[in-house]
Amino acid sequence: MNLSIPLNPFRTFGGAKVPHRKHTGSSPSEVIPAPEKVRIPMQMHIGAPCKPLVKVGDQVLVGQKIGDSDAFISAPIHATISGKVTAIEKIVMTDGKSVDAVVITSDGENAVSPEIQPPEIHSREDFVKAIRESGLVGLGGGGFPTHVKVNPPTPVDTLLINAAECEPYITADHREMLENSDRVIDGMFAVAKYLDIKRIIIGIESNKPDAIKLMKEKLASDSRNKNGMAGVLTLRAVYPQGAEKVLIQAATGKQLSPSKLPADLGCIVMNVTTAGFISDYLKTGMPLITKRVTIDGSAVTTPKNVIVPIGTSLEDVVAFCGGYKGELREVLLGGPMMGIAIPSDDFQIMKQSNGVLFFGPKEAIRKRTTACIHCGSCVTVCPMHLEPYALEQNFEKRITERLRKLSVMTCIECGSCSYVCPANRPLVHSIRLGKSLIRKEDAAEKERQEALKAKTEAAIDAVEAETK
Amino acid sequence: MKDKLIVSSSPHLRNNSTTQKIMLDVIIAMIPAAIASIVFFGYWAAITLAVAIASCVLSEFVCRLVMKREQTVGDLSAIVTGMLLAFNLPPTINPLITAFGGVVAIVVAKQMFGGLGQNFVNPALTARIVLLVSFPVHMTTWATPFFYTGSVDAMTTATPLGILSEGTGTMPSYLDMFLGNIGGSMGETSALAILIGGIYLIARRVINPIVPFAYIGTAAAISGIACAVTGRDVLVDILSGGLMLGAFFMATDYATTPINWRGKLVFAIGCGIITMLIRLFASLPEGVSYSIVIMNILTPHIESLTRSKTFGFIKARKERKRSEV
Repeated sequence: MNLSIPLNPFRTFGGAKVPHRKHTGSSPSEVIPAPEKVRIPMQMHIGAPCKPLVKVGDQVLVGQKIGDSDAFISAPIHATISGKVTAIEKIVMTDGKSVDAVVITSDGENAVSPEIQPPEIHSREDFVKAIRESGLVGLGGGGFPTHVKVNPPTPVDTLLINAAECEPYITADHREMLENSDRVIDGMFAVAKYLDIKRIIIGIESNKPDAIKLMKEKLASDSRNKNGMAGVLTLRAVYPQGAEKVLIQAATGKQLSPSKLPADLGCIVMNVTTAGFISDYLKTGMPLITKRVTIDGSAVTTPKNVIVPIGTSLEDVVAFCGGYKGELREVLLGGPMMGIAIPSDDFQIMKQSNGVLFFGPKEAIRKRTTACIHCGSCVTVCPMHLEPYALEQNFEKRITERLRKLSVMTCIECGSCSYVCPANRPLVHSIRLGKSLIRKEDAAEKERQEALKAKTEAAIDAVEAETK
Repeated sequence: MKDKLIVSSSPHLRNNSTTQKIMLDVIIAMIPAAIASIVFFGYWAAITLAVAIASCVLSEFVCRLVMKREQTVGDLSAIVTGMLLAFNLPPTINPLITAFGGVVAIVVAKQMFGGLGQNFVNPALTARIVLLVSFPVHMTTWATPFFYTGSVDAMTTATPLGILSEGTGTMPSYLDMFLGNIGGSMGETSALAILIGGIYLIARRVINPIVPFAYIGTAAAISGIACAVTGRDVLVDILSGGLMLGAFFMATDYATTPINWRGKLVFAIGCGIITMLIRLFASLPEGVSYSIVIMNILTPHIESLTRSKTFGFIKARKERKRSEV
């Protein structure tokens, strides 16, 4: 198989020309002073929530593990400041579930836990274990535990570093590449070493020419870059180039089937900041306790990238950015295309946060929803070659059979269709609800099958008992 | 204040396109043809245009009112239908017939099927066909260009396609056909004006250029074959009759044509074939409106046969084939 670095991206489908609005891309990140108080949720990843390992009144140190779980798909959670655990409270997360959150009040010392030691790694198993201990999750916003990702069931040959950052406003990954280019490269070569990777492709959208240039220069002079195994791929600046499936298509020309994993195509996709963190962790052993977050939106006085201890309240972060300006209308965790709107600014920075946007009336515009005119814009922009208007119509009529036929589950919920719709139809929203209809139906069907199986088995047993 | 935030599902950005803006673009694109028709046919064209628009807008308004639905006059789609309807009528037609056409277009073809985006046939063309069947004489009496100045000998004339079909009369020059100085429905005579509007729509990305190209191309190709066999004139087929108007403004209608480009291509080629079959073999001189309406009816089938393979499914099929081998 050809494992060269493609010069130009392969063709991807559709895509929307969303505005970039990367206001914070050219200003250096600032480190926020340690807050008085942090509130650390016990679930900042996809998978099982952690159980708190500390009690109210306990003294904790920076980097000390305060939450863990026995489940495989989960990631431990660490204290991000030193001080006293003053409460363990239930908070409601963005998905509506309530989880425990450990509240730590600072003692102002910021003393580091003595347990923090660089991990000793001799094999891939050690590496995977170390990554788990670091509490690392996908930092691009997904929050999938990285130790699961770096332990693929089948051999992989390609490491895709996702530095597309296709969401408007967000520049956290862009700043990571500019400020920490060495640690990014270091981290990706570390992953390549333990996973026996043959090539590394760093996918960067063309709207970040400075990052592209810098990464190319760094790679050209790197001694580990044998035979040019690592290279930069300039992606078209069309949303959503950073979506996993789209990135794989742009870098390899292959389409990932809905039922398969990137590893089935020989790929691992890792966010650029995630790779950078791995380098730091291998050197220092300090788990994931801070995060670079883009703070932007017209309701913030000075938009900037800040490096924040995880668990810091949005209030503290906004205060550091000069406070609110004008009327606050919408608070988004993540970018405007896939981010989650939260009902109140009483929230905290989490592991997977890459941006928090505070929209004023200027940006939080609502268009009126009118009838679908069948214009086809949604079909043209869909990167998954779906027909969003038809999915919406069939969801409205609750025809799950048609939804399945139109492959509703393939939707990556990127939001391109809703973005372009002239009638402002809630396309992605309906598709999400359609997907949950299918999931419910599947669960009910499974239950029915199992009940039937149990009944049949019971009948067979009864017959057997009689014949005996 | 900070607890009264907007909470909606993503995406939280929208572009600034609206249905109204799209309809406005279509109206702007039809203005050159409207001006051309008024130049050639005078106040009569203006009256027909005004009556058709008024009838369509009023029908839409009353319909929504009676059906107790949200008022949709503001989306401007009724004005588009009204203008298209006028373009499809002889300029000097009785205004009562025009008004009746507007009612048929909006009430029967559009609102009875659920309004904007739900109609399965083009409202303006449906109205034209209804009028053609109901008032055959009125609908085929063509005024001579500039008749209103009193400087022409005959008040009525034949359309170039009529001349071609009947085999009598003198054919106007290509330049007259291109400019619109010929008999015909008021909006279809000037190929130049339609082209200006069509290019505007393509530039504004309102319509997909594949449709007019494939439609006119197919018609021209068939006409070319006929030209070789019977001595038919390709340029007459393209420049006269409703072909240009249909190809740019009616075969590109959103609601009644396939949604993806492959479907649009099939649709346009189908329109071209049916148009030329009618012109060559049927007793009617013109077939654009019938061809588009017939293809409108086939649209759902074209759509389901030309659907794009979903991302990730092409590969799977190839792999299956390979494993079968």
